[in-house]
Amino acid sequence: MLTYILRRILFMVPITLAISLVTFIIIQLPPGDFVTALSAQMSENNEQIDPATLEALRQRYGFDQPMIVQYWKWITNIVLYGDFGQSFEWNRPVSDLIWERLGLTLVVSFATLIFVWVLAFPIGIYSAVRQYSWGDYIATFFGFIGLAVPNFLLALVLMYFTSRYMGANVGGLFSADYVNADWSWGRIVDLMNHLWVPVIVLGTGGTAALIRVMRANLLDELQKPYVEMARARGLSETWLLLKYPVRVALNPFISTLGWILPTLVSGAVVTAIVLSLPTSGPLLLNALFAQDMYLAGSFILLLSILTLIGTLISDLLLAWLDPRIRYD
Amino acid sequence: MNDLIKVEGLRTHFFTDEGVVKAVDGVEFSIPMGKTVCVVGESGSGKSMTGRSILNMIPYPGRVLEGAVHWRPNGAAPIDLLSLDPKGRAIRAIRGKDIALISQEPMAALSPVHTIGNQMVETIRMHLGLSKSEARQRAVEMLDKVGIPRPADRLDSYAFELSGGMRQRVCIALAVACEPKLLIADEPTTALDVTTQANILDLFRQLRDDMGVSILFITHDLGVVAEIADEVVVMYLGQVVEQGPVRQIFHDPLHPYTRALLGSVPRLSRNRKERLATIHGMVPSPFERPSGCLFHPRCDVAESGLCDRVMPALTRTPTGRAVRCVKAEASHE
Ligand SMILES: Nc1ncnc2c1ncn2[C@@H]1O[C@H](COP(=O)(O)OP(=O)(O)OP(=O)(O)O)[C@@H](O)[C@H]1O
Ligand code: SF4
Ligand SMILES: [Mg+2]
Repeated sequence: MLTYILRRILFMVPITLAISLVTFIIIQLPPGDFVTALSAQMSENNEQIDPATLEALRQRYGFDQPMIVQYWKWITNIVLYGDFGQSFEWNRPVSDLIWERLGLTLVVSFATLIFVWVLAFPIGIYSAVRQYSWGDYIATFFGFIGLAVPNFLLALVLMYFTSRYMGANVGGLFSADYVNADWSWGRIVDLMNHLWVPVIVLGTGGTAALIRVMRANLLDELQKPYVEMARARGLSETWLLLKYPVRVALNPFISTLGWILPTLVSGAVVTAIVLSLPTSGPLLLNALFAQDMYLAGSFILLLSILTLIGTLISDLLLAWLDPRIRYD
Repeated sequence: MNDLIKVEGLRTHFFTDEGVVKAVDGVEFSIPMGKTVCVVGESGSGKSMTGRSILNMIPYPGRVLEGAVHWRPNGAAPIDLLSLDPKGRAIRAIRGKDIALISQEPMAALSPVHTIGNQMVETIRMHLGLSKSEARQRAVEMLDKVGIPRPADRLDSYAFELSGGMRQRVCIALAVACEPKLLIADEPTTALDVTTQANILDLFRQLRDDMGVSILFITHDLGVVAEIADEVVVMYLGQVVEQGPVRQIFHDPLHPYTRALLGSVPRLSRNRKERLATIHGMVPSPFERPSGCLFHPRCDVAESGLCDRVMPALTRTPTGRAVRCVKAEASHE
């Protein structure tokens, strides 16, 4: 097991390197660099900029040097100083902009994951064990609705109902008082009060999908001889169900850890805009539109790495759960 | 009689979307204490479901419609296992403790994600109330008893790390761990190669002699029957067609189906040029059960007007045998 973990972690190093390289190439693709963009922007606003400052910036990011040197400077600045470069659209260091967004993205992802698990686990088991019962049909019905309704529509409907019947303003993750406040207990409570709407919106599709997967997997497992043999050994139904087939059918749950982040980031942009969530999706989209390349690049890099970590955790959990993987 | 278990008038049907499958439809036999009864028959004849019915463990959409399984482990008044709640405590206390099952598929009978020790200790603790370390100790003894080398190490292995023969030995160890009185072995050697088959059969004989356990041995291999059976029950389409002591079944089969089965076993002594007899025709689909005697479309000596009309009853002979055939009845009266 230990060698497996070490191997997996070591394996991440070249992948991370490759990702950072690809990211860098992406941010370098548009013509010009951000210093030219900056000075163009400055002169557009009739502002003067000291050529020495520009030169210093050029030096710092190595714009006059070959690509590989620039990459080296970019990555060492990130790794050694946490300096992700400058966002010229916001005229602030990228690192000022991204951490809270990334943090909130993680909070929303994690909450959605918990929501999906807590719902899909019992409903999936129930649907398989009581196949073709009324409960199974109802779960299937709502499951297909959950899969079919687009997230932004669900978001609009939820927002309409909550503002109409609960009098609450549900956009965003914070109410006006707390948007720019420092972290405090009150702000956390405020976050929780807002979190459930995006969690329901983002989690419904995943829950429906996971219920189907759990149901199908468990139905397969329930047919296997080891379940009957456990019954023949005198175990109680509930115990043998949870210990044997459910345990084996659990793998797709763990795998959600790996895919939830990328889906949230790429698929949830529309939802995030509709719900005006201060997560990374909308900011990334903006940065891409505005060719704010250090900002976009940092997001792509960090989200890729987070996804990689999510996949790593899910793989390690899978190996821990399933000896057949571990002993491979 | 000192019968350990007596099955009477058993009928187990499956209510599928395509129709009713009469998997077991009129089965009766008994298993004497310490004896081995072999159930033989072609695929689909209801052998496995007879075994599952004894454990009151019929999978959905199946149901036991009629019949009784009288269980009399210690000479006291018999209990009808079929009258117990299939999910209740009473039958669960018997499953795995007094009556143990060994499956057809050693490859899939053990959990793929739990160690062998985990499953053995779980069973032993549940039924014998031992402590964890005592249960482990017992599990090691059992693995040793069924001939598994380095049993203490094997306890922490997973099923997929073992060969088919070793897995079946583990399943047998698991089955006999709580000293059952009856072992239901459902084609325990079918999935194994010939050498391993012979070893496993030896193991069964050894367990029977050491532990005095009764065995219900399900197989379609008459060679295996000849090696291990005391009594033989021949099944066809869910019914018992003949039953009797192994010698008499082999030397003087009463039912045409039994004769046909025996005729299809290759023998060395037979003249090389003589063709191997096979049973002509095919087992009918479960949804097209013939009228009258279920075997009449394939029977060599069927009498039209009689065999296709009348379903013969399972008739006992004075010598302790039973047969379901109008002709055999006539010849013995
Ligand atoms: N779960 C089920 N659903 C529907 N029909 C079933 C089910 N299980 C068994 N049957 C039917 O019951 C009949 C008897 O099955 P059983 O498994 O007892 O046969 P068998 O004699 O053990 O055959 P084999 O030698 O192939 O194991 C078969 O016709 C089978 O199709
Ligand atoms: S009853 Fe008739 S058809 Fe059936 S086995 Fe006897 S002779 Fe053959
Ligand atoms: Mg069978």
